Amino acid sequence: VSILEQVNEIFRKVLDTPALLIAASTTAKDVPEWDSLTHVELIVALEKQFKIKFTAREVRKFQNVGEMCETIAQKMHAL
Amino acid sequence: MPTFAELKSNLKKDFSRFQAARAGLLADSATQLLAQALRGAGYEQQLDLTVVAGDTGEGEIERQLLDSRLPELVIIYESVEKLFQRFQQSPARESFAAEHLERVRKFISAVPGRLLYLNFPERDDGVFGNFASKVRGSWISQLRRINSGLANLAQEQANLFICDLALLSTTHPVTDRKVAVTTDLLFSIDFLPVVAGSLVGIIGACLGRFKKCLVMDLDNTLWGGVIGDDGLENLELGELGLGKAFGQLQAWAKQLRERGIILAISSKNDERIAKEPFERHPDMILRLSDIAVFSANWENKADNLRRIRDILEIGFDSMVFIDDNPAERDLVRRELPELCVPELPEDPVDYLPYLQGLNLFETAQLSSEDARRTERYQQESQRHALRSGFADEEEFLRSLSMKATVEGLTAFNLPRVAQLGQRSNQFNLRTVRYSEDELRNLKGPVFAIHLEDRFGAHGLISVAILEERGDEAFIDTWLMSCRVLKRGVEALVLNALAAEASRRGMRWLVGEYLPTRKNELVRDHYERLGFARAGGLWRLDLRDYQPRKHFIGSPA
Repeated sequence: VSILEQVNEIFRKVLDTPALLIAASTTAKDVPEWDSLTHVELIVALEKQFKIKFTAREVRKFQNVGEMCETIAQKMHAL
Repeated sequence: MPTFAELKSNLKKDFSRFQAARAGLLADSATQLLAQALRGAGYEQQLDLTVVAGDTGEGEIERQLLDSRLPELVIIYESVEKLFQRFQQSPARESFAAEHLERVRKFISAVPGRLLYLNFPERDDGVFGNFASKVRGSWISQLRRINSGLANLAQEQANLFICDLALLSTTHPVTDRKVAVTTDLLFSIDFLPVVAGSLVGIIGACLGRFKKCLVMDLDNTLWGGVIGDDGLENLELGELGLGKAFGQLQAWAKQLRERGIILAISSKNDERIAKEPFERHPDMILRLSDIAVFSANWENKADNLRRIRDILEIGFDSMVFIDDNPAERDLVRRELPELCVPELPEDPVDYLPYLQGLNLFETAQLSSEDARRTERYQQESQRHALRSGFADEEEFLRSLSMKATVEGLTAFNLPRVAQLGQRSNQFNLRTVRYSEDELRNLKGPVFAIHLEDRFGAHGLISVAILEERGDEAFIDTWLMSCRVLKRGVEALVLNALAAEASRRGMRWLVGEYLPTRKNELVRDHYERLGFARAGGLWRLDLRDYQPRKHFIGSPA
């Protein structure tokens, strides 16, 4: 299962949108449920799923789903 | 402990069968997630909790406290982060704690009912090191002064309840630093269920929901080993094996007993063998005198728990059952879903910290009668035994030599009256729950009835409150402990109400029955006492009132 697919699954669960389909280019603007509060829940859920920790700068900087996935991949690679 | 995601998914579920409650949430940091967690945690505890949260900017708490639409119950959450900022800006650091406590005092007098205030988790500012304790104006010194000052305030102010964040933070991390810096969310996602569960526990206790009884298994729960197989001397107790862990669990149960929780035993054993350690083992901490109902036999545990419930006359939802055997736990959960059956950890040394962490015995009130409860229930089983010897009800009632006192509200009985009001669910006509403050401010007369008989004192067992409405005396409250059902206390109370209402020149006694999930018992109460139905109310004409017969005397 690719990182994007796993991330998509987390998004569905946290945002309670079972049919949500995200791509690397998806941003918060594209998903109404993705606001500053659910963003925090997403970050925490992703950290648990991939057993990684984001830095505060990373959390603030993410422009889209693709950047999230890249950071996750780098961190998992470093383990 | 459910996760925040699980609490959030509760929000879509059906709350309609649950008791409704409203709480205001005032805070100096973002409250949206906490409000969701609170409502979700309410679902876990079968409470339809509506959380009213406002803005969280500077001065918002004070502003919202002036709002007349504020619910009776208010949660105020001031974060340690904001507290620390204020400390840093404070010109007079040595008096910072005193000033903060003064501010909390103002909150207390501003809330319409109860205030739930969260105290502060310990947080090191890394300035003085261990020397901080020696410096009065250090952050550490002032923070601790605030927490101990809050405890003092709570002891002095009946309507202040502390949610103990300082204690919760010793077992759960409070903050996710990265989230706290980048947003205004100062509780981590994983801490939200912890603090929400704790707050809802206090709210439930304020509404009269608390556990009254702890039922315990014996073999491998209260001691290590099986008494029937291993024999008295080989039980793991005291220094033997894991004895220390079992001893500590017993010591905890004993402290609960002293606090007023009823202890009962449910064990698959021969009664004589099961009682032996309580009577003869030198390292047993619990003794037979600590146990209100001892149920050791070979029947199934659900039946035994039903029997214990019948003797104690309490609801299954106020009982906790602990048993090391997963199969027994399963059976009881299936048959008695209302009963609380904690899962136990695998290792017996973890039983006690696990159970303590569940906070099963939250309460909103204590009185000195709590400590005597076990004794009273033991007397109750003697009365049960006596009753079976009489063919005739009247003869039995006479043989009890009952005596009652009826008095108004006094400083001495006030906490007891308030507490009985919180506890009574079944024999409670209108289920209006008054706090001590509210009772003190009532206009109409209060009747507090104490009862004793040849086996001992029952203490305060019934409360009634009248409200004058022209020539009608409206019975605002009539409640009674179910331990004294069928003793004629209702007749005695009615005579007292009728006499007082007549003395005040009123012609009618007017009663009302407001049904709840638990007070079916008194649906026909007024009809039985000769009241006539009038719309939704019940009326009794006092002009031709004949005092009703009972067998309760007055004390010499």
